[in-house]
Amino acid sequence: MLRFIVRRLIITIPTILVVITITWGLIRLAPGNFYISEKAIPAAIEKNIREKYGLDKPWYEQYGHTIWNIVRHFDFGTSLKYEGQSVNAIIARSLPVSATVGILAYLLALVVGITAGSIAALKPNSKRDYASMALAMLGISIPNFVLGPILILVFSLTLYWFPPSRWNGFPSRNVVLPVLTLSGLYMAYIARLTRAGMLEVLRSDYIRTARAKGLSETQVVIRHALRGGLMPVVSYTGPALAFLVTGTVVVERLFVLPGLGSYFIQASLNRDEPLILGIVAFVAITLLLMNLLVDIAYAYLDPRIRY
Amino acid sequence: MNNDRPTIPGDHDGAEPGLTPDPALSYREGDIIHTAPEFALADADVLAAERSDVIAGTSLWRDAWRRLLKNRLAVFGMIAVVFITVACLLGPLVIKQLTGMTPDLIPSGVGHIRSTPPLRAPDGSFSWLHPMGTDNQGRDLLARVLQGGQISLMVGIIATFVSLLIGVSYGATAGYLGGRIDNLMMRAVDVLYSLPYIIIVIVLLSVFKSQTARGQVILLFIALGSVSWLTMARIVRGQVLSLKNQEFVLAARATGVSTPRIIFRHIVPNTLGPVIVYATLTIPTVMLTEAFLSFLGFGVQAPLASWGSLATDGIQNIGIFPWQLVFPGVTMALTLFSLNFLGDGLRDALDPQGSRQ
Repeated sequence: MLRFIVRRLIITIPTILVVITITWGLIRLAPGNFYISEKAIPAAIEKNIREKYGLDKPWYEQYGHTIWNIVRHFDFGTSLKYEGQSVNAIIARSLPVSATVGILAYLLALVVGITAGSIAALKPNSKRDYASMALAMLGISIPNFVLGPILILVFSLTLYWFPPSRWNGFPSRNVVLPVLTLSGLYMAYIARLTRAGMLEVLRSDYIRTARAKGLSETQVVIRHALRGGLMPVVSYTGPALAFLVTGTVVVERLFVLPGLGSYFIQASLNRDEPLILGIVAFVAITLLLMNLLVDIAYAYLDPRIRY
Repeated sequence: MNNDRPTIPGDHDGAEPGLTPDPALSYREGDIIHTAPEFALADADVLAAERSDVIAGTSLWRDAWRRLLKNRLAVFGMIAVVFITVACLLGPLVIKQLTGMTPDLIPSGVGHIRSTPPLRAPDGSFSWLHPMGTDNQGRDLLARVLQGGQISLMVGIIATFVSLLIGVSYGATAGYLGGRIDNLMMRAVDVLYSLPYIIIVIVLLSVFKSQTARGQVILLFIALGSVSWLTMARIVRGQVLSLKNQEFVLAARATGVSTPRIIFRHIVPNTLGPVIVYATLTIPTVMLTEAFLSFLGFGVQAPLASWGSLATDGIQNIGIFPWQLVFPGVTMALTLFSLNFLGDGLRDALDPQGSRQ
């Protein structure tokens, strides 16, 4: 187990360097430049700008410089558009917003999804099974940027229950709609996965044993079936996190939240290279580490798995 | 991943052509009977029995089709998908014939340009002219939604096709070659899996932003196709692993067929079942991603429109003109809903073992 973790951690570092290199290459290969987007500038000024940002040096020197600073000091430099702000500071400031919304949405999705999935699995092919699965399919099919505005329309513009946008810290009523919007898709996925997992487990021998020794149905489900039945949900956590990143981008755009996603989109539009690299690297590291955690949790939950 | 499980028992039918001939083959036998009557007379009964047997046992495909038709949700999905596709292809033409509205027509003579609610004329009276209302410029929303569907469906299908090409070749090669190469290739897939690919797509689309709307759509095909092949590669590899040691591959190898030919002529056709299922499920995912990118402003650009970009335009006016969001959004959700049900149904039909749950 320890060897597995160490091996995975070792492979993480080159992976992240590859991601940074690909992103850097994409930004550099594309025609145009970050300073040229607004208006034409005199040659002398352009020369000064290029000197200031080190763009006059050969590309391998610039690349080496960037990578070295990242590897050595975990320093991505300062943003090109948010002047005087370091990339690390921007990430540190915006991360809590994204993390709050993301974690709350995932927790909500877990609670609702597992409940709905279990209810469906306990009575397969019943009316409530069909109803919850059709609802889940609906959740998968509605894009979150359609769901969000509809929630705004209903709960903000018609009922006046929750504010339609802006961040106001946590806890506040501003959190509700973004979290609901973000969790819709995961609820649906988790409900489907739970149902499939539970159906398989409920047929297995150890459940029959548990029933045979006279446990109540509640105990069978909660103490025995759920543990095995939730395996697909656990293994979905990895991909879910990746989608959660995508989802938060949409939700932050919709509800005007100052999170990582908003900054990332803005940075992409501005060609703010240090900020893009910083956020990409940060997201990649988070995803890789979370995937590792998921694998460890998997081995812990299923004693048959050995690494 | 449980994708690697060698499932799809039906595949064995396809995998051993000598044991269960496909319908085409049985017809050829029938032809022989006609051209050689003396032979037919002698063994007519036996051959007839054999023939009916062969037809009754017809391939995996007819079986799957029967199972699919029994699944009401899948049939609903199939009909809805066909209906929406036909509507998107022919709709704009029909509308032009009936009402003179085209997706880009800004009607003149309307005193002030404004968004008309569904089923209303610009003066507020009841009218069939705009069943979905109009957008900010006074353009007919139904025509725009149908035309947007063309782009959305096209992006979905073409990007899925690109991912199919890459995923199948990659997975089949890795699975067939096996050993160290397989290990290396699949480890690369694992690494790519854990990357925030959508973020890289955003960077790609934003920095390479095409000057023309058409160029942007082509960029979308490439970007979406080249990131959605990973699962396909895994599925195909799993299938190939279970196929490559079977007799028909051994026979091909023994007769000196080259490796690429074995992979693409003998093995890949036998993985078709799961590939079709997964491709059906990839289309809605890709369409969703396209809509997401359009929402962020990196996707389809004006004057072209997709369901994603139409819904995004609608979001601006959600409080005043909700129909501008609701109609493109609901049309898109309905399409994805149907495609998902169809894909689920196909999976159950082509993988009866899995569907027994």
